[in-house]
Amino acid sequence: MRRIISVLMENEPGALSRVVGLFSQRGYNIESLTVAPTEDASLSRLTLVTIGDDHKIEQITKNLNKLIDVVKLVDLTEGAHIERELLLVKVRASGAQRDEIKRSVDIFRGQIVDVTSNMYTVQVAGTSEKLDAFLQALGEHTIMEVVRSGVSGIARGEKVLSV
Amino acid sequence: MELLSGGDMLVRALQDEGVDLIFGYPGGSALHIYDAIFRQKSIKHILVRHEQGATHMADGYARATGKVGVVLVTSGPGATNAITGIATAYMDSIPMVVISGQVPTEKIGEDAFQETDMVGCSRPIVKHSFLVKSAEEIPEIVKKAFYIASTGRPGPVVIDVPKDVTNPADRFPYRYPDKLRMRSYTPAGKGHSGQIRKAVAQLLSAKRPVIYAGGGVVQGGGAELLTELARRLNFPVTNTLMGLGAFPGSDKRFLGMLGMHGTFEANTAMHHADVILAVGARFDDRVTNTPGKFCPGAKIIHVDVDPASISKTIVADIPIVGTVQSVLSEMLEILKSSDEQPDQSAIVDWWRQIDDWRERHGLYTAPRYRTDGALIMPQEVIRAVYEITEGNAFVASDVGQHQMFTAQYYLFDKPRRWINSGGLGTMGFGLPAALGVKIAHPDEEVICVTGEGSIQMCIQELSTATQYHLPVKILCLNNQALGMVKQWQEMQYEGRLSNSVYEESLPDFVKLAEAYGHLGMKIERREELYDKLREAFAIKDRTVFIDVYVDPSEHVYPMQVMPNGSMRDMWLSKTERT
Ligand SMILES: Cc1ncc(C[n+]2csc(CCOP(=O)(O)OP(=O)(O)O)c2C)c(N)n1
Ligand SMILES: [Mg+2]
Repeated sequence: MRRIISVLMENEPGALSRVVGLFSQRGYNIESLTVAPTEDASLSRLTLVTIGDDHKIEQITKNLNKLIDVVKLVDLTEGAHIERELLLVKVRASGAQRDEIKRSVDIFRGQIVDVTSNMYTVQVAGTSEKLDAFLQALGEHTIMEVVRSGVSGIARGEKVLSV
Repeated sequence: MELLSGGDMLVRALQDEGVDLIFGYPGGSALHIYDAIFRQKSIKHILVRHEQGATHMADGYARATGKVGVVLVTSGPGATNAITGIATAYMDSIPMVVISGQVPTEKIGEDAFQETDMVGCSRPIVKHSFLVKSAEEIPEIVKKAFYIASTGRPGPVVIDVPKDVTNPADRFPYRYPDKLRMRSYTPAGKGHSGQIRKAVAQLLSAKRPVIYAGGGVVQGGGAELLTELARRLNFPVTNTLMGLGAFPGSDKRFLGMLGMHGTFEANTAMHHADVILAVGARFDDRVTNTPGKFCPGAKIIHVDVDPASISKTIVADIPIVGTVQSVLSEMLEILKSSDEQPDQSAIVDWWRQIDDWRERHGLYTAPRYRTDGALIMPQEVIRAVYEITEGNAFVASDVGQHQMFTAQYYLFDKPRRWINSGGLGTMGFGLPAALGVKIAHPDEEVICVTGEGSIQMCIQELSTATQYHLPVKILCLNNQALGMVKQWQEMQYEGRLSNSVYEESLPDFVKLAEAYGHLGMKIERREELYDKLREAFAIKDRTVFIDVYVDPSEHVYPMQVMPNGSMRDMWLSKTERT
């Protein structure tokens, strides 16, 4: 099962490498990983997407919790949550293609954020699934370059992850 | 406030932490620290002959005392030489603080002379690590390092100290913190009372119970409580290789060690158990054999301070996260406050069954090795030493057949007396570990049981024994081969002894010992075994190297059948299988 784990950790050098090291050491996989400081500069928030059965996920969360730098964590997929990923994609766009791409961008509620006479750079935010669908709609031959931010997530409702 | 340089701060912080002993080896990046050590009196520094020796010595010291072992090494090769010892301590959850010199801050990352990324190299084998960025951080980092190393599930902590940070010219106000606030680290305390009640009820209803106790009981100071609990319930106890001494080896309820080279009675009882109380043990693969076939009918109660150890390989029916001491004492309180007793007739039947297993193939009901040959058997050497030392010695072991024979035949009545590298299985551990123990307990008999293979991995520490006058006994079970490797090759590779023998290249250990200023003794004839051993053990003020030539063809049995075997599937001799 795909899980989104959100981790609050000390904003210290070496902290990130301990998290990443744990995954490679113990043979857990990381689908995506994002990290940035929070409103409290002494803390970073890391979101990682991993795949595993319940036993694997339990081991992952237990071992993450064991890291001294990790302050708190939550498996967002255990409850209702919002997940977002940002996609920037450069596409070939000339002649009739331009309108067609614009339509797709509108359908997916994206924005064209850069343009030349031959290409667009498009920004789309949403779930990973939605971004996959958008890329599929564009078609391989028009895509020049893709960059995705990896998933960020937050629980729905009043629940917060904080110290 | 007093102004101190980083180097002086580091040493002062160690003093304030109560450290009186450091094991180390100097070099460029650590020289400011070494100078600070020179200018003080209360901390004694033991100069080893190889940084691996320093880590194992600190480790042996920590295992024998429960205190944190402290190591000081220089950057680069000094730091990397310490890696094996750090990994050894990590695998066995031993509290240790390793201070490594580092190149000056502004040179980090430039491939400077003797630069290695110590925090990076050691990352997978430490509980935590620190890279010191400024001298002002030193007191708090030292405080945190000792706290982390010694609490929860203990382990090694590295403090990497760039040379500029210890510069004697730069002074800062020094204050050692008396309190720590760490929002990200809260070691487990008491176990969940509801779970503990459930566990006690489960124990009381057991018909075929076994208590399976590991190194966590030794480390967590739970041996007395465990013993009280087992005696009160009259339950059989088996110890892991790491747990030996957690329950008295001479108690009739002791089944011996379990696992790969565990006793027939311990492994068979585990297999047939209906309730297993696992305390401070981690269901290591050398214990469980094939996890899918592990103890098919057993309800498992698992007590451990580390939540990540619970249900890692074997799923626990009643998991309890907490310190061994608090959980065991709570269990005892519940038992004492109620009149409930286990089902006596079931327990009597269970003991009858176990005694029958003991009679048939037990290690302690009859010798399970040759007693009529001309050659000295390794098992009888350990038996003899057990008798001569009346079971009271501290025994540090190396790794191989000799280690297993010692674990099987030297019965420890007290915790912290059996010192061995169980998790990593580090050859070379024995001698430095024994020296670390001897420093902690100068008046106790300390033995290093080793093989002619292992001893050569840290033999240089014989010189440290000379310098600090550490009269330990080195008991070498010399089978002229990497015996454990050879055993596997004989059992699994049709006897193709690929690189497990030395072709007449062994040194004369007697002369070697003498060259270091010690006594050497060789024992080759079976008739002289006891007399010579008595003679050796009568010597108290010299390091004695006892080189005993044992039957090179002997194997360690029982040995669990691998792969795909269950706990009770064992080879009992070269030809006999369960
Ligand atoms: C550093 C290290 N290298 C290799 C091994 C693999 N190994 C395990 S036991 C053993 C043989 C040990 O020989 P010896 O010390 O003579 O003990 P014996 O088994 O003969 O009693 C070896 C090579 C190890 N455990 N540690
Ligand atoms: Mg040998």
